[in-house]
Amino acid sequence: MGILEVKGVNKRFGGLQALSDVNLSVKENTVHAIIGPNGAGKSTLLNCLVGKLIPDTGSVMFDGQSVLGRKPYQINQMGISRVFQTPEIFGDLTVLENMMIPCFARRDGAFRLHAYESVAAEKELAEKAEQMLIDVNMIEKRHMHSASMSRGDKRRLETAMCLVQEPRLLLLDEPTAGMARADTNNTIDLLKEIKEKRDITMAIIEHDMHVVFSLADRITVLAQGTPLVEDAPENIKGNPKVREAYLGESA
Amino acid sequence: MFGLDKKDSTLLLIVAVLTMFAPFILNPFPEGSALAQFNAGYPDLMQRFVIFGIFAIGFNILFGLTGYLSFGHAAFLGVGSYAAVWMFKLLSMNVIPAIFLAIVVSGLFALLIGFISLRRSGIYFSILTLAFAQMMFALAYSVLTPITNGETGLQLTLNDPRVLGQSATADGSIPVTSLFGMEMRQTFQLDMGAWLFQFNVGYYFSAVIMLIAFFIAIRIFRSPFGMMLRAVKSNQQRVNYTGLNARPYTLAAFVISGMYAGLAGGLLASMDPLAGAERMQWTASGEVVLMTILGGAGTLIGPVLGAGFIKYFENIFSKINDNVLHEWFAFLPDGLENFVVFVMHPFIGKGWNLTLGILFMLVVIFLPGGLVEGGQRIAKLFRKGKAKDSAKPTTKPAE
Ligand SMILES: Nc1ncnc2c1ncn2[C@@H]1O[C@H](COP(=O)(O)OP(=O)(O)O)[C@@H](O)[C@H]1O
Ligand SMILES: [Mg+2]
Repeated sequence: MGILEVKGVNKRFGGLQALSDVNLSVKENTVHAIIGPNGAGKSTLLNCLVGKLIPDTGSVMFDGQSVLGRKPYQINQMGISRVFQTPEIFGDLTVLENMMIPCFARRDGAFRLHAYESVAAEKELAEKAEQMLIDVNMIEKRHMHSASMSRGDKRRLETAMCLVQEPRLLLLDEPTAGMARADTNNTIDLLKEIKEKRDITMAIIEHDMHVVFSLADRITVLAQGTPLVEDAPENIKGNPKVREAYLGESA
Repeated sequence: MFGLDKKDSTLLLIVAVLTMFAPFILNPFPEGSALAQFNAGYPDLMQRFVIFGIFAIGFNILFGLTGYLSFGHAAFLGVGSYAAVWMFKLLSMNVIPAIFLAIVVSGLFALLIGFISLRRSGIYFSILTLAFAQMMFALAYSVLTPITNGETGLQLTLNDPRVLGQSATADGSIPVTSLFGMEMRQTFQLDMGAWLFQFNVGYYFSAVIMLIAFFIAIRIFRSPFGMMLRAVKSNQQRVNYTGLNARPYTLAAFVISGMYAGLAGGLLASMDPLAGAERMQWTASGEVVLMTILGGAGTLIGPVLGAGFIKYFENIFSKINDNVLHEWFAFLPDGLENFVVFVMHPFIGKGWNLTLGILFMLVVIFLPGGLVEGGQRIAKLFRKGKAKDSAKPTTKPAE
């Protein structure tokens, strides 16, 4: 049994069958990549995991509990954090403030009326946030206005915001989409480092094969809303079905 | 000081000094001089400065931090006033229970209205709050006449039951509002040559309350709660996916700002114990929006400046009439004098709204951060003039 179990998930958008009978199992402490051509339904699947979409049929279990019908914030509180395809950060806040918010969310839960305390007095949380910034090499940017950073840095910050919550499952939607090669390598290094430093389960959606093969323990290939194969990276490369559906197209 | 950092303490201290010395500061021109028109140091106006300052400070906790623009906040001001007047009628002329009830009742109204309105965001939220406020205005104006006394407004009479106190004083008049015997209307006058300074109990009472309200607002701005509210304004999607439930945060901000409005309404009634439906009208709701934006939404001091600015205009510019203008421009040749007065006529007296509107547009276009941004730019110019500072990292915490 994996920490995440997706069984028989279907999702239609009008006449389009975006997901049909998707089964997926993500084992604890592995990096599981979901690849597939554009429009394969990768983001749709991910949205079904975090409460943004509700599948028409099927079940999504996280650690033995169903996530279906729960709100995104409740699913996050269960231990699933998500990095978006286009970085979603608090652009009006500084980098350090961006980091403090997930720290508060983890410590205080979904809501707490801490209106009379002072942020400045939260030394412990600030230390935790700063340590995370050191880990992702952003500490010197901590007082920067986060909206003014490069896209690569925003993604890095968003990833750090998710990591500082110590999620049991980290979901990443095309973490390197639209990035320059240098930024892409940077992100791969960051994710590798994370994987080595801590026990973490990751599900990565990716278009870029280079990223996938350098990170994943396990790969699921999705095409037209259905999983084609699930296997170890070395077997995926040689699989003729995959070549036909995906690699051939991208070559 | 009181758990504030150095910068915030300084700000609080400056505001405290300014409000305490307001009777001097606002009366710079000697009596009888041509400029005495512009003196604002009389009790009635000074009370309005601080009371509407409270209203705007509270509004800013909602609008400035969360970005939710309420167009119905005057409803809570009105509710606060009605609650306070009822307290004067039924319990006692002491302002403390009246203000307490004003805060509680407006908080309950805010809880209900906020709970429903916050199901939507953006323009739909604004429209919902406006609709609620208009309904409450209609209720106060006609339907609930037994409670609100309709168009006439709720007033004290000579036969109010008043459990703790008398219905009428020994000489047969209506008792006045007081704080443990200190009458709100009481004013000490200080004659200094050509100047007359007035120290009014009601003003100082309201000013102290405003300082407390301001202090609490600073604490909220600097708290984790305040940070969450700014996060909601910045990116609600990220808030949800960070495990935070945005709804109770925004609702709490809505209720707090509603209670500030109720406090302001209660204070208005404490200064002058009557409450009318017009206090809840949409123009009054719009006014607090103007105050906050004009001063600088999301800044600490902005709303107070905005409130002072608008109340000053309303009271001072509205009083300038053609005769006054003729007096000012008497030194010009007659034809020219008439021309100047003719040109200025639409902008003064009843036309003060026109002047204010133009100023508001100028501020929004050229100083989107309001008067506070204006102040910061001037300060920057001065600093540049003094020494060419090395470029600092650009952190811009709310002032
Ligand atoms: N909210 C939606 N409404 C309608 N169609 C959608 C919606 N989201 C995705 N789709 C469609 O579903 C298909 C799968 O999309 P998506 O999951 O974003 O693909 P991928 O992330 O693999 O590129 C696409 O054809 C897309 O146009
Ligand atoms: Mg996608």
